[in-house]
Amino acid sequence: MTAPLLDIQNLVKHYPGRPPVRAVDGVSLTIAPGQTLGLVGESGSGKSTVGRTILRLQEPTAGRVLFEGEDVFALGTAPLRALRRRMQIVFQDPYSSLNPRMTVGRTLREPLEIHGLAPPAQMEARVTALLDEVGLDPAFAGRYPHELSGGQRQRVGIARALSVEPRFIVCDEPVSALDVSVQAQVLNLLADLQQKRSLTYLFIAHDLAVVRHIADQVAVMYLGRIVERAPASAIYAGPRHPYTRALLSAVPEPNPRATRARIVLSGDIPSPAHPPAGCPFHPRCPHPKKNDRCRTETPALRTTSDSPAHLAACHFAEEPM
Amino acid sequence: MTEPLLRVRDLKTYFVTEQGRGTARAVDGVSFELYPGETLGIVGESGCGKTVTSLSILRLIPEPPGHIRPGSVIEFAGRNLLTLAPSELRAIRGNQIAMVFQEPMTSLNPVFTVGDQIAEAAIIHQRLSRKAARARAIEMLTLVGIPDPAERVDHYPHQLSGGMRQRVMIAMALVCHPKVLIADEPTTALDVTIQAQILELLDRLQSELGMAVLLITHDLGVVAGQADRVVVMYAGQVVETARTTDLFDGPLHPYTEGLMAAVPRIDAPKSRLQAIPGQVPAATAWPSGCRFHPRCPHAWTKCTIEEPPLLGLGDGDHTARCWLVQEPGRRKPKT
Repeated sequence: MTAPLLDIQNLVKHYPGRPPVRAVDGVSLTIAPGQTLGLVGESGSGKSTVGRTILRLQEPTAGRVLFEGEDVFALGTAPLRALRRRMQIVFQDPYSSLNPRMTVGRTLREPLEIHGLAPPAQMEARVTALLDEVGLDPAFAGRYPHELSGGQRQRVGIARALSVEPRFIVCDEPVSALDVSVQAQVLNLLADLQQKRSLTYLFIAHDLAVVRHIADQVAVMYLGRIVERAPASAIYAGPRHPYTRALLSAVPEPNPRATRARIVLSGDIPSPAHPPAGCPFHPRCPHPKKNDRCRTETPALRTTSDSPAHLAACHFAEEPM
Repeated sequence: MTEPLLRVRDLKTYFVTEQGRGTARAVDGVSFELYPGETLGIVGESGCGKTVTSLSILRLIPEPPGHIRPGSVIEFAGRNLLTLAPSELRAIRGNQIAMVFQEPMTSLNPVFTVGDQIAEAAIIHQRLSRKAARARAIEMLTLVGIPDPAERVDHYPHQLSGGMRQRVMIAMALVCHPKVLIADEPTTALDVTIQAQILELLDRLQSELGMAVLLITHDLGVVAGQADRVVVMYAGQVVETARTTDLFDGPLHPYTEGLMAAVPRIDAPKSRLQAIPGQVPAATAWPSGCRFHPRCPHAWTKCTIEEPPLLGLGDGDHTARCWLVQEPGRRKPKT
């Protein structure tokens, strides 16, 4: 097996408070080169915090992240800057992540200048090539973000991330603000770029159907922890954790004759400042086998009987629901 | 056949844009009927005019810059809502026709308790005493499945989760037992497990209270699960209407077809999606002829010049604004 490009080991991020907010509470993940890991969860699950912490846009509380074998959290300022050439991020909201006072051309030139990636004479050609790569006309270089549609802005966000020729991109809900027809365009673009540039993605999303179309591996987060992790085809065909099962069943299916039974969970997601004892999911869990052990003993993320690659954090992962 | 409860005919809602850059024809000749007890889904993407349509029904369009054009008709119980005096309209709005909005955060008043906000409509429309209205508010909170309703009635919106707030919004809308509920993207701001709760709640309330629901959404999955009939909107117009099963079994309009192909599906393997090329045109400059023609894989010369009317298939329950209904031979095979 090839060495992972990214190796996240027991990542913890707590925000100060009384009690502290346990946004990320011991997450371990690996991503192989050229692969896409879909990180799925609802609001407050900690999925975006994972993405930002591995890029050190936020400092971790504990844990280790190895990127191409290099310890990301141990790097000083200069090596960190060099690292940022290899790790990039595309944000959810193209409206707020582009500087409204900068033309698209300047937005794309800036990272090239900072990292000294193109001599001034070649700058314009580089910008044109980047725009072309994300499917925008060179004339867009002279426009401001407010002159663009949501889909065009997201293409600019992607071009900016590509400008420094990264190996790895965190895509943080890159299509959730877009309409369906445009969402499909942007997802296809991300897939094409991955092929062409052998990129590795951490694809963060709340929408399991979107993730289905792009991810090779899927990890599901709930209250700061990974509750299930498996190859995409395995998790969609046979989810093991009761939360994943409920999440998949709740996705509205564009088929009026659908017969799939919806598992409706009761209650809300608890606050990460007050995670429940034992299994964090137990107060909402509809599993028929749920018992006192779930209320007291936090289940470890363990191999299930399906395959060594299919992990679930549930005492009763093998039991039918 | 039963009479429709609400009949929208040739609704045109236009906006004068800033700096006099012309008129945005946001809703441009929309007609449909809503029958008692049914759920009618209005589906479309940003800028198609679905929300402006729903706001126009209750005359909630800010004027200026907006205005509803003369000739538009919104008929409810035999009366045109667009020509009613403000006092007559108030007797209907929130009483017989109620609305739930997308954003429960911004549509609840942060300085009043949820009980006060639910009770308000009952005090105004049904002249309940404060005490009786409070009792009704607790009853409504129970109905929408909020635990400890006698306590929650005194809470403020910020003390509630997003899902709870949307339940409160629904309780507010239903307090006078309206005949029509307009739900504009009622679950869009919610997480998927909470969305499932709210959709189930709407289902239950509709069968218990027997109201008609006009469900505005961008989500074909939500429409498929909730609606009896569907109206698809594009560029300010209705482009297709059908019973929900007919629409999903065989969409007639290339836009509907494109939308369905673009939806990511949980049951499909990792694969490319079929995107619709281009983007939605601006409401100040709709394309000539068929408004979808610049993005349509089947378009021919006629489509660029002549605007198609809604053309019916079979018994006329299934209509599409597309010349292909008349000339199916021009449909290009799928690539």
